[in-house]
Amino acid sequence: MNNGTLISLSGITKYYNTGKIKVRALRGIFLDIKRGEFVGIIGPSGSGKSTLMNIIGCLDSPTSGTYVLDDQPVAEMGIHQLASVRNKKIGFIFQNFNLLSYATSYENVELPLIFSGIPGPTRKERVRRNLSLVGLADRADHKPTELSGGEMQRVAIARAMANDPEVILADEPTGNLDSKSGRDIIAIFEDLNKTGKSVVMITHDMNIAARCHRLIHIRDGLIESDTKNHNRQSAYV
Amino acid sequence: MKILTYKLFLFLKLIGREFKAQKLRMSLTVLAITWGTISITLLMAFSVGLETQMNKSNRGLGDGIVIVCGGQTTMPYQGLPQGRRIMFRTESGVIDLIKSRVSGIDMVAGEFLRWGQTVEYDRKQLNKLICGTYPEYETMRAHYAKEGGRFINQKDIELKRRVVYVGTAVARELFGEDVNPVGEIIRISGVPFTVIGVMIEKLQDSNYHGSDEDYLVIPASTYLLMYGDPFFDNIVYKVKDGVDSKIVEKDLFRVLGAKYRFDSSDDNALWTWDTVEGAKIFKKVFLGIKIFMWFIGGMTLFIAGIGVANIMYVAVRERTREIGTKMALGARGGQIILQFMTEAMAISLVGGLLGIIISLAVTALFRMLPMEGSLELLSDPTVNWPVALITVGTLSFIGFAAGFFPARKAASINPVEALRYE
Repeated sequence: MNNGTLISLSGITKYYNTGKIKVRALRGIFLDIKRGEFVGIIGPSGSGKSTLMNIIGCLDSPTSGTYVLDDQPVAEMGIHQLASVRNKKIGFIFQNFNLLSYATSYENVELPLIFSGIPGPTRKERVRRNLSLVGLADRADHKPTELSGGEMQRVAIARAMANDPEVILADEPTGNLDSKSGRDIIAIFEDLNKTGKSVVMITHDMNIAARCHRLIHIRDGLIESDTKNHNRQSAYV
Repeated sequence: MKILTYKLFLFLKLIGREFKAQKLRMSLTVLAITWGTISITLLMAFSVGLETQMNKSNRGLGDGIVIVCGGQTTMPYQGLPQGRRIMFRTESGVIDLIKSRVSGIDMVAGEFLRWGQTVEYDRKQLNKLICGTYPEYETMRAHYAKEGGRFINQKDIELKRRVVYVGTAVARELFGEDVNPVGEIIRISGVPFTVIGVMIEKLQDSNYHGSDEDYLVIPASTYLLMYGDPFFDNIVYKVKDGVDSKIVEKDLFRVLGAKYRFDSSDDNALWTWDTVEGAKIFKKVFLGIKIFMWFIGGMTLFIAGIGVANIMYVAVRERTREIGTKMALGARGGQIILQFMTEAMAISLVGGLLGIIISLAVTALFRMLPMEGSLELLSDPTVNWPVALITVGTLSFIGFAAGFFPARKAASINPVEALRYE
């Protein structure tokens, strides 16, 4: 294991061909994220933050550049290994939750555990533990339609944490939530970060960005600034 | 092995969960396949049944027989004028002549007819046609007897027995329903006869002296003793299998022309009715009907196929986001494709099975229903298994394909594209 670097991006570009126009979403990103960091990504819409996040989450592949995740070049992974990485190393959280609407909270959290073939008793215990972690033990049998937005996002976090991943990737996790629910979500991330998980989060909300340890500004597909946030606020102020 | 079983269990658990979530769509797809299978299977079942019934009723008169009776000459011949009536004198040995000289003949027998004879039993009195003939009639004219009875035989002819074989309708009129009259004595023109058999119920779509169920048959020798008829009314023969009945008929004109002295090319000298020729035409007509049925069946299959394809296709597209979510959570593409395939297979199996079961039930019901007259033609639908299986197979395959390709596509692209899909 090298000096704690979990994510290493060098020269990452991503071009889209939408008809005649070539969209350059990312134009050469160099970025290292260490284990245990709490990183906020900010930038105007269309700057390429989400594209970057999707590439980090192995949901999308870059046009060029190298991405090394936990000492393994992602480009060299086969589809099965990629599935396994998404399943075990990365916990991805979406702005619109992406919960399966027909499944209960319990079943949603159980899903990644089923994909990784975790046996019954262990699975049950982990689902329960993760639901309690986000404070939703009593909502296990509720379907997403019976939950509030904040609760849905907490279920999504419990689901992302199911296989105990190295890193939590959250693409505007509070974008669809009121500020109170948003604060709760950030508090959960901070707790997770304290237990050693890396957290990478996109946000528009400067109050939330202020709580990250490191802030990366993206503009026009390039990193504009990458700063340590020394005077950050604590969740418990 | 244990791990594999466990994975299978987890897989089925997921599928079960989604089945519950997609109840309406699943039921609709099942319904589409069931309906398609039923329509085509029943269409073909009735087509087959219709053919069997029409064949049967076609054979009611007899299978591959030719009926001959004397006509009137229209050509002068060897100094004889035209307009002579040709009649088959009983004592002339015409039957033996035909049997020995006309090639290609399997069986031949003469027949005497006398209408309006009184038939009495108990206090009932009817006026019926009496037919005197020979044992060959049994097979030639499908004069089979119900269980416990028989047709007239050679011994009856030799001993000039007073025995009678009764048509089904006559038996009903004389003795009532569901009575076995074998052994009863009836009087025909005042002379007592013993009933030896009652005709089986049979379908008959053509006749030349009334329906077979409506007259009584006695031995020709007994008939001659009673009525002394000097001429055969008709001669009936059956050609050997694989022999062209037209050629046999020509030969018959030649042989009888020499005997009764008429020009063998004089078509009116003998009146003939070739049911073999009729059966050939019937076969052609039915081939047309069958082609038509297959066409309709094919069209129905096509429409059902489009329905199934549409539902499956929409279903997978609708769930593209869901596929993206699962991929993001670490599902393998193969798992997702396998899931859709299992769903499609389960749906087609259930739909197909339901369709076949319902078709079987409907055909069974039709076979139980009492149907008379022309409806009787619908009374024997038979499920054509290859058709049923091909239908289910085709629909399943279409459902499979329509589900497989979009599912494979959704599972092979980057999850983010599937997630972006609205």
